Amino acid sequence: MTELPPKSKKKLGLVIDLDICVGCHACVTSCKGWNTENYGVPLSDMDAYGADPSGTFLNRVHSFEVQPPAGPAQTIHFPKSCLHCEDAPCVTVCPTGASYKRAEDGIVLVNESACIGCGLCAWACPYGARELDQAAGVMKKCTLCVDRIYNQNLPEVDRVPACVRTCPANARHFGDLGDPDSAVSVMVAERGGMDLMPELGTKPINKYLPPRLKDRPAAKPVTAIADIEATGIAGWLDRLLEKF
Amino acid sequence: MTYRQPVLDTSPHVSDEVRKTTCYMCACRCGINVHMKGGKVAYIEGNRDHPVNKGVLCAKGSSGIMQVTAPSRLRAPLKRVGPRGSGEFQEISWEEAMTIATDWLAPLRKTAPEKLAFFTGRDQSQSFTSWWAQSYGTPNYAAHGGFCSVNMAAGGIYTMGGAFWEFGQPDWDHTKLFILFGVAEDHDSNPIKMGIGKIKTRGAKVVGINPIRSGYNAVADDWYGVTPGADGLMILAIIHELLKAGKVDLDYLAMWTNSAGLVNSEEGPEKGLLLRDSDGKMLVIDRTTGQPAPFDQKGVRPDLGAVWQGHRTVFQHMAEKYLSPDYAPEKVAARVGIAAERIKGLAAEIARVAFDEAIELQQPWTDFRGERHETMVGRPVSMHSMRGISAHSNGFQTARALHVLQILIGSVETPGGFRFKPPYPKPFDAHPVPHCKVTPGAPLDGPHLGYPRGPENLALKEDGSPARIDKAFSWENPLSAHGLMHMVISNAHAGVPYKIDTLLLYMANMAWNSTMNTRQVIEMLTDKGEDGEYVIPRIIYSDAYSSEMVAYADLILPDTTYLERHDCISLLDRPICEADGAADAIRWPVIEPDRDVRGFQSVMLDLGARLGLPGMVKDDGTPKYADYADYIVNHERRPGVGPLAGFRGNGDSFGRGAVNPDQLKRYIDNGGFAINHVPHEAQYYKPWNAGYQDWAVSIGLYDKPLPYLFSVYSEPMRRFQLAAEGHGTRQPPEHLRAQLKMAMDPLPAWYAPFGDAEAAEYPIHALTQRPMAMYHSWGTQNAWLRQIHGRNPLYLPTAIWKQHGFSDGDWARVTSPHGNITVPVALMAGLNEHTIWTWNAIGKRKGAWALDADAPEATKGFLLNHLIHELLPPKGDGLRWANSDPVTGQAAWFDLRVKIERVEPQEQTLPDFPVIKSPVPKAPRNRLWGGEK
Repeated sequence: MTELPPKSKKKLGLVIDLDICVGCHACVTSCKGWNTENYGVPLSDMDAYGADPSGTFLNRVHSFEVQPPAGPAQTIHFPKSCLHCEDAPCVTVCPTGASYKRAEDGIVLVNESACIGCGLCAWACPYGARELDQAAGVMKKCTLCVDRIYNQNLPEVDRVPACVRTCPANARHFGDLGDPDSAVSVMVAERGGMDLMPELGTKPINKYLPPRLKDRPAAKPVTAIADIEATGIAGWLDRLLEKF
Repeated sequence: MTYRQPVLDTSPHVSDEVRKTTCYMCACRCGINVHMKGGKVAYIEGNRDHPVNKGVLCAKGSSGIMQVTAPSRLRAPLKRVGPRGSGEFQEISWEEAMTIATDWLAPLRKTAPEKLAFFTGRDQSQSFTSWWAQSYGTPNYAAHGGFCSVNMAAGGIYTMGGAFWEFGQPDWDHTKLFILFGVAEDHDSNPIKMGIGKIKTRGAKVVGINPIRSGYNAVADDWYGVTPGADGLMILAIIHELLKAGKVDLDYLAMWTNSAGLVNSEEGPEKGLLLRDSDGKMLVIDRTTGQPAPFDQKGVRPDLGAVWQGHRTVFQHMAEKYLSPDYAPEKVAARVGIAAERIKGLAAEIARVAFDEAIELQQPWTDFRGERHETMVGRPVSMHSMRGISAHSNGFQTARALHVLQILIGSVETPGGFRFKPPYPKPFDAHPVPHCKVTPGAPLDGPHLGYPRGPENLALKEDGSPARIDKAFSWENPLSAHGLMHMVISNAHAGVPYKIDTLLLYMANMAWNSTMNTRQVIEMLTDKGEDGEYVIPRIIYSDAYSSEMVAYADLILPDTTYLERHDCISLLDRPICEADGAADAIRWPVIEPDRDVRGFQSVMLDLGARLGLPGMVKDDGTPKYADYADYIVNHERRPGVGPLAGFRGNGDSFGRGAVNPDQLKRYIDNGGFAINHVPHEAQYYKPWNAGYQDWAVSIGLYDKPLPYLFSVYSEPMRRFQLAAEGHGTRQPPEHLRAQLKMAMDPLPAWYAPFGDAEAAEYPIHALTQRPMAMYHSWGTQNAWLRQIHGRNPLYLPTAIWKQHGFSDGDWARVTSPHGNITVPVALMAGLNEHTIWTWNAIGKRKGAWALDADAPEATKGFLLNHLIHELLPPKGDGLRWANSDPVTGQAAWFDLRVKIERVEPQEQTLPDFPVIKSPVPKAPRNRLWGGEK
């Protein structure tokens, strides 16, 4: 159906730190705001004040619990958007060429003027990262803010995806994962960054940094400086203040 | 299909203009860049230069565009034309609205100004609204702190001259262990997230102590699922462990706290107070001489172990109390819900980080006694807390215990610990005392709210009855520094302590989620006397949105949204400072309202001028201020000190300086804020640091240096105990003596939350918290945010889930001593096994907020408020006791005890209320950005 370009050297993507994400949804609405005003058609909100509100979001945060073998259950906040896969099934499935991967940086985009809203790409994406806008009838997905990251009208410091710029906990990072020396690649190497469902062979560019080990065993208790039952408070006090 | 890539413009036009103002989607008050396109708001992002958020912005902030375009915005002043609660209103002109308000309030002021009760909810202009109320002359003014976090604020002020959030923050750059007690996602939203991210990125540890493992507790390295209301007991057990091992900072305690003060042991009216010299200065025993000396004498080395003429130091009293086996981890573990081994482990970790990983900054400084120190030593353990520990009937003492723990390890105002933000530190005795003297036709005799030093500062009438409608600063709750907004309607309805005429509320949803006992409060608002008149005769309400409260008012003064108004986030009020600098900010109209609405503060200035209130009219009786912007620039509280500190005088002065007519323009040009940095030598040890004290005087925070010692031992509390023991001329009623003796313990104490009295029949704790994406009901109808949190199931722990045989899709009937609700449930494993919880204020009344009547917020959403009464169940003593902290009057929301039973899935949560008629048109069905249909 649609071909992928030759593999690019530059592989732009996100690194999301699950040890730090507090699940605040800042990235969700920042993304919604930027992408409603920018790339492609606005993101609609159907039945916005009614019984079943349903809007288009390019990034959502899922929360779930994990029960480790020992210790209490843990809550994971899991932000999810397009992972800009190297072998993107959403591109190859596209009947019109609307879904494509950029040759120069690997960003997966939808050319909305060529999109017929057939929805095949959303079916092909194993991550559920694409949403068909109900008002416009075109497929929407994370653009990695392609209209920000090279935008000469923005200050250089702001040329990052909106979700990265806004993340209060600094759990989201943007960079070139094709460059092993980039800050994001170093972070992935140091923290054991993971692919989402690597067994599917999609080779996602985005990486997730796993939560650090939680709920450590209790530390060894402190030692009393005096046997208070034997010495009384006075004995304890003498012992405490003798070096003071 | 062969590869083809379309041409893409990667540098599209971003916006026509960026207008920088201050967010108001919650109380965090971040700086925002509002991108404008075609004269409309296009996009909102964080302001990178702003001291609060440094560029980041939360989910609420980025959704502000849905708030300023919300269909629930009120459109014009409204006059009630149907019965209260019917929602029948007529739109009227501002002139008519102002005439009605003036005609109601002018006669009251001449005869009985206390018959106006003015309470504000989501108010960020309290220095203005309190000034207005003081000028009017009513004693009945407060904001919403009484049902929010007054325990935290007052506990901190009385103990160390500041608390968390607006008062101070962890030293994020140096801390190695951050301990978070209770739910805190609701305040200081972005700075806490930024801080947690910062310390976790560098591998420092975060400990969460919270019954619920959500939000910040989800990323905590260690989670302690404490049982609600037991945090204080856990803290005292940690103190027990630290004292036992001598892991306390003796030098810090001796030099900077009243631990070396001598507790008067002589029977009589001074017993338990600290010995003082003839100048009133606290005495210590100098280790060098063995003789008494004033605490601030140069070279003094206070002796923590002194006994002088039979009087022992505070430190010894403290040790005796907390070393008692009653506070041993083994003894408290069951009540705390945490194994003794883990409590001990946490104490050991605190000790290790504080003392074995201490840090030292090479920064000389000079203390208030005149001694120079070459370095700044820090104990890198930091703590934070907000409503979680605050909203219990033992919350004040728990907040005190938490601060005393911080102080014991020497981690307050030292590197790596907790740092105050200007204008704090500020001890309780540098704050005003409460004032309540009413003179018809004249202003009140002073500020309403303050920090009593003893019974002499209670707000009582000559006959001993409470002077305020909310009974703040009465024997029932002597230190109610923020008032008791949650008691106003029920007291006014009961006519106790007296009847009022007009209730004026600003942005306070007292007919729904901001009140306890919602249904009965609605009945009180609509109740009529035998004369056929409403028991609360007149209600004026100001809000920007069609909230549930609107239907219960007689006159509605529609406010603007936050992008359509002037505001000042003032150092006189609740500022936005950072530990490194004093800062304040403005809002300014980045768009003009498209409705007939006005900023509430401008309306109050107009009303004040019509009433001829002092300070609001010129000598000739004409209005002194054209609007709030005019007030912000030209009002002076003291000569040279006004609402805004920045750009005073010729534009170069900060803090003190003449009025600058260009001040607002300078703020706008500077991104909406001003900041003045604390000098390097003044950044820590602020209460005792001469460099800080001098800087604070130079910018007008104080008029003279105010060094002080931390009150590990609280003398104001002891003075109330003395009164309860029969000393002094101002005596409590007999029935309150025992409660005062217990609650006003001058050393932090723990007692079971009052809700525990019902534990036998109601074994389960029930809590609420606000989701980070939605804290403040004013954001919950937001078209984007309601898609994130449009429902609020009741979360049950595994034990309760299994015990009652719940399965997915089930509902439950939840019963408290006061009432019951029927609601959907969901399983959550990371939860204290005796605790259930839900998101607060998602539930909506049908017809409110321009939501459809079948919106899930109204059909599946619910409030726990229906289960919580403002009074405790009758005890059989003929009295009704408040469901509040007996120290501050803080609403004890989280004392709630319930029982639960499984019911079949339902279509509608209970209680269900009739639809209220909306004063605004029906919302558009879809939001399509520019083409709503």
